[in-house]
Amino acid sequence: MDTLTHFQVFTTLLIRFLPVWIAMIATFALSVTFRKRLGLYGKLFDSTVGMVGLGFVLFWVFTAIFADQIAPFDVLAQIGPMKNAPAGALVPDGAGVYLLGGDHLGRDVFSRMVAGSRIVISIAPLATLFAFMVGITLGLPAGFWGGRLDAVLSFLANLVLAFPVILLFYLLVTPEVVQTGLPQRMAAVLFILPLVFAILLTNSRLYVKPQLRNLIVGAIVVIGGWAYLALVSEADSGINVLPAAVDLIHVPANLLIVFVSVVFVNAPTVFRIVRGLTLDIRTRDYVAAAQTRGERPWYIMLWEILPNARGPLIVDFCLRIGYTTILLGTLGFFGLGLSPESPDWGSTINAGRKLLTTAPLPAIVPALALMSLVLGLNLLADGLREESLRD
Amino acid sequence: MTGFLLRRLALLVLTAFCLTMVVFYLTNLPPQLEKIAKFEAGARISDDEVTSWLNNHGYGRPFLARYGEWLGVVPGWTGTDTQGGAMGYCIKKDVDPANAPRYCGVLQGDWGYSSVFKQPVSSILSTRLGLTGILMFWVMVVMVPTSLLMGVLAGMREGSRLDRTLSTVAITTTSTPEYVSGVVLIVLFASSTVGLSPHLFDWGWISERTLFKGSASSAMDGITFQNFTLPVITIALYGIGYIARMTRASMAEVMTAQYIRTARLKGLSFREVVMRHALRNALIAPFTVIMLQFPWLLNGVVITETLFNYKGFGWTLVQAAGNNDVPLLLGCSVVAVFVVLVTQLLSDVGYAFLNPRIRIG
Repeated sequence: MDTLTHFQVFTTLLIRFLPVWIAMIATFALSVTFRKRLGLYGKLFDSTVGMVGLGFVLFWVFTAIFADQIAPFDVLAQIGPMKNAPAGALVPDGAGVYLLGGDHLGRDVFSRMVAGSRIVISIAPLATLFAFMVGITLGLPAGFWGGRLDAVLSFLANLVLAFPVILLFYLLVTPEVVQTGLPQRMAAVLFILPLVFAILLTNSRLYVKPQLRNLIVGAIVVIGGWAYLALVSEADSGINVLPAAVDLIHVPANLLIVFVSVVFVNAPTVFRIVRGLTLDIRTRDYVAAAQTRGERPWYIMLWEILPNARGPLIVDFCLRIGYTTILLGTLGFFGLGLSPESPDWGSTINAGRKLLTTAPLPAIVPALALMSLVLGLNLLADGLREESLRD
Repeated sequence: MTGFLLRRLALLVLTAFCLTMVVFYLTNLPPQLEKIAKFEAGARISDDEVTSWLNNHGYGRPFLARYGEWLGVVPGWTGTDTQGGAMGYCIKKDVDPANAPRYCGVLQGDWGYSSVFKQPVSSILSTRLGLTGILMFWVMVVMVPTSLLMGVLAGMREGSRLDRTLSTVAITTTSTPEYVSGVVLIVLFASSTVGLSPHLFDWGWISERTLFKGSASSAMDGITFQNFTLPVITIALYGIGYIARMTRASMAEVMTAQYIRTARLKGLSFREVVMRHALRNALIAPFTVIMLQFPWLLNGVVITETLFNYKGFGWTLVQAAGNNDVPLLLGCSVVAVFVVLVTQLLSDVGYAFLNPRIRIG
């Protein structure tokens, strides 16, 4: 089989990522120019560690955005003779080149890796965001009011945390459990909390301007409520509350359970962090001042305590996206949830590990991709921590 | 102290109780039971036959009764099989039904019978835990000294080049989950076609085709440097970075303390200060972290044992969960939950023991 030299493979790879390089240079140039006005994000450019981390993260974000332009082949296209092909192997009829070789079914490893980034980049941050909204909505009142509410919520959080993650995944992410509609019911409970969070946030802020408050909270209830119902309602399942005409959001059951279980695993840790921060900040003078002014509990929690807890929370958010990426990879590695055909990194590592000693590329490429993304997020978190501690 | 311990133990039992109930519920959902019926009685049976098989074999009882049965507080079900003989939850093969006990749950020491391995759960768990124990021992032997040394060296001169280098190494290992490091290590050291092994073989440095073995299945009979290095390093790597970072932070904080400055000013050498004054105080925080690493290590153990085909506790958990082997899965989860909760307790108690400023009432 004809192959390109390593140097040719390297240069071709660089050229294939051209849209990513352009987007990254543009982002960096703009950010450095306006960094004085960009707050914490702008300060990131004073720290080498933070900039390197941001570079890795942006690389994968833009790769996910431009995945269709970068990947030369379809993720499922199998070309027989290209089974376990080496890096830089030319496709027989001159249709192109398998830059990083072929897998055990003759699919392009490079294209699958690029397409896999899209799955990770779209699920991991969103799941982390949901976990944060769940954790914040429950953690603030637990830390602020304490008492029995705190005892119950803390016990539940510790209960989830005492579960070994993999056991939980094996119990939740199976076709039988999906069949019972349990993921939907869990989604119904977990996804209502972000909605509650948004309503409390706006309601407490605009309480003194009733007309505006009614308008905005009403809009959130209508739009958010619709999105919530459309998300959890699925035809032919346990929860089918919306008529088909307005039930526009369809998430495949196996994707939903992956999302739900990742949120479920992360939320208790966020809860504990928020609770701890709230317990600390609650004793500050400005909270006492707000109470003396007669501000209501939710206003104090969401507009006095939460903004002052943002530093550690932003850092943890970055770290947690990385952790979620690892969790998604773990799910794929055990063949849970997403279909085996799926190009996500965990599943491809799992498929590639069987022939690891003879054809290493199909497993090594997604493994290094996953590692570089997590490393980028960890470095970014480190940079943010350094910069936020500085003031 | 006694009151604290008793409260924590009560909480531990309550947590284990709730968690096993959750596991029991999830493994006994109707579709799961249907799978069991089809596994035992043949895949092609009709829905009615599934229902009657389940009712005849004690699966038709209410959830709480069945959970109590497993726990050993509700009498086991009894019935008759197709030949008219007695059968039941507590009636074992080759045992006279008349002598069978009424209760046979976990509280009586009977963990049930694994449907996949065809062995009592308790004997499977003890052998598998023994194998995992060996693995964990070596992981600790590698992980704890390495990470503490890295952390102390990095933290004693904050901002130095050594600190920067070691911190970068630490952050890289925390970003490398076991399934990534395992794959990379196998390719680097255990492949006869790529990585280091072919070169080493050509140069005549190693007598076998590969430097290390990519499978640890032979390690179950006897551990050698070749078959056990990679799994141990794989698990240890992920933890090393985390513990090293905690140690570094703790060390860096201690080094700025007043008494360190005093020690320096009274003329002690830097070495002396670090060894005699800083180290002891800096190692209190990492102790907690190391204890709390156990639950994380459990994840690593499951991944690594699957990857390296080492048939320990983690491998068993995957087999039990993958085949819906309910008694074995419940046994595994009880063990896993106890590991998590007991290490939490030990880390709290140990922290109070090491740090005289903390008092538990």
